[in-house]
Amino acid sequence: MRDVAVIGIGMTKFGELWEKSYRDLFVEAAKAAMLDSGADNLDSMYVGCMSGGLFVGQEHIGSLMADYLGVAPIPATRVESACASGGASLRAAFIEVASGISDIVLAGGVEKMTDVDGGMATYALATAADAEYEGFHGATFPGLYAMIANAHMHKYGTTPEMLAHVAVKNHDNGSLNPYAQFPAKISVDAVLNSVMVADPLHILDCSPVTDGAAAVVLAPLEIAAKLNAKPIRILSTGMATDSIALHDREEITHLNAVSVATTRALEMAGLTIGDIDFAEVHDCFTIAELCVLEAMGVYQPGKAGPAAMRGETARDGSLPVNPSGGLKSKGHPVGATGIAQAYEIVKQLRGEAENGRQLKDVKRAIAQNMGGSGGSSVVTVFEA
Amino acid sequence: MAQTLTARVWREQPQRYRMIANRDRETGRVYFPPRLAAPGNLEAEFEEVQLSGRGTVATFTVIRVAPTPYADLAPYALALVETEEGAKLMCQITDVDPEQVEIGMPVEFEFRRLFDDNEASVIYYGYKAVPV
Repeated sequence: MRDVAVIGIGMTKFGELWEKSYRDLFVEAAKAAMLDSGADNLDSMYVGCMSGGLFVGQEHIGSLMADYLGVAPIPATRVESACASGGASLRAAFIEVASGISDIVLAGGVEKMTDVDGGMATYALATAADAEYEGFHGATFPGLYAMIANAHMHKYGTTPEMLAHVAVKNHDNGSLNPYAQFPAKISVDAVLNSVMVADPLHILDCSPVTDGAAAVVLAPLEIAAKLNAKPIRILSTGMATDSIALHDREEITHLNAVSVATTRALEMAGLTIGDIDFAEVHDCFTIAELCVLEAMGVYQPGKAGPAAMRGETARDGSLPVNPSGGLKSKGHPVGATGIAQAYEIVKQLRGEAENGRQLKDVKRAIAQNMGGSGGSSVVTVFEA
Repeated sequence: MAQTLTARVWREQPQRYRMIANRDRETGRVYFPPRLAAPGNLEAEFEEVQLSGRGTVATFTVIRVAPTPYADLAPYALALVETEEGAKLMCQITDVDPEQVEIGMPVEFEFRRLFDDNEASVIYYGYKAVPV
């Protein structure tokens, strides 16, 4: 296996981008990543996308995006693992470069979610759960994570205030990210007094519906060093699955796919979680960030909430989590999210994060992307 | 919800109308909906089981922003119910103020109207749970 590095990154602003089409979003991000990389051609590409079919009525996305990026006839594959589609796209590109089959490979992700109304967006997202046995009975994604939250509160004494601290911290970080959809800072009271979506989750516990795209360009390390002054290595990838429906989980508060994917990625990198300087994790809901950090082994079960209250995951904490603002503040165009995590990590490891959100002395980082209510997860380890 | 095919409605009736599950003969674990393969055992043998219709609330939420077919019903309680047989399933808890639902609450399943699909002129029925 060859060593692999990121040589180029690009993303669009995240938000409600009515003036930009699905294809233009992807091309804008991919073009930026190509121009940043120093490479003048691609050998292959992957596009993470959860549901072009339901959001914009378009499938066959590999062909569409290769065509409009002007790189046809290279191979281009659409990758889908619900909200972990971006992470799965990155993993596929990593494997293709590491294997020696291709040299310069683009991993992108895109979602255009605001061309449909709220009811349709809720429905499209709910297809990432068990459509026959969860969606059919009226489950929504906030509803599924709310059930996890209630179980977590019942078992460990986690409180709404602890959840609110996750949102406040991520908005504080996102206020410094020029690409964030909702850069406004918020307070704990604002979260607790915002409208209830699915008890105990308020609207400010939830990530938004977002349009956006992100892309990274990968190359073997020896080529990367010639093309780019600051190649960032990808040390490893881990992916795992779990039951798609909550009802088949032994322990509702434990995200086993996250746990297994993290273990695989860390073992492949020859590291432990203590060797990691910061993390970008899948905070689609505030409770998700807590459960993810517990599943990753950063905290014992039940301990992530109190740690959030103590500020341990803030930019100046012991393990900064979501310096980009996370899905919560930056936005969550589902297929693009896993790639946008890689974008932030490369920015930070290059020392180029804007507006004073640059973390000090960071060398290694971990990205954790998740599909559905934890039915799949992809974990990637990076090193400067 | 785009679940408008006649064949699909018919195919799902054993679970929606009669709560038919299956049990792995070797491990005794009950699966709802029934499975063709057990985790780690492709050759598992199964027997059909009809769920007794009783269980307890394992966790729940109150859905206040509902998907389109249930928009008129919100707010409603949605729960994971652990059945007497050990299988868990997701369903609405009805005939009770949603705010009164609690973890550990004993419930019984009843056959109820779920929602209708105006486009296909189909009314969907299935199970909901009510407090005992």
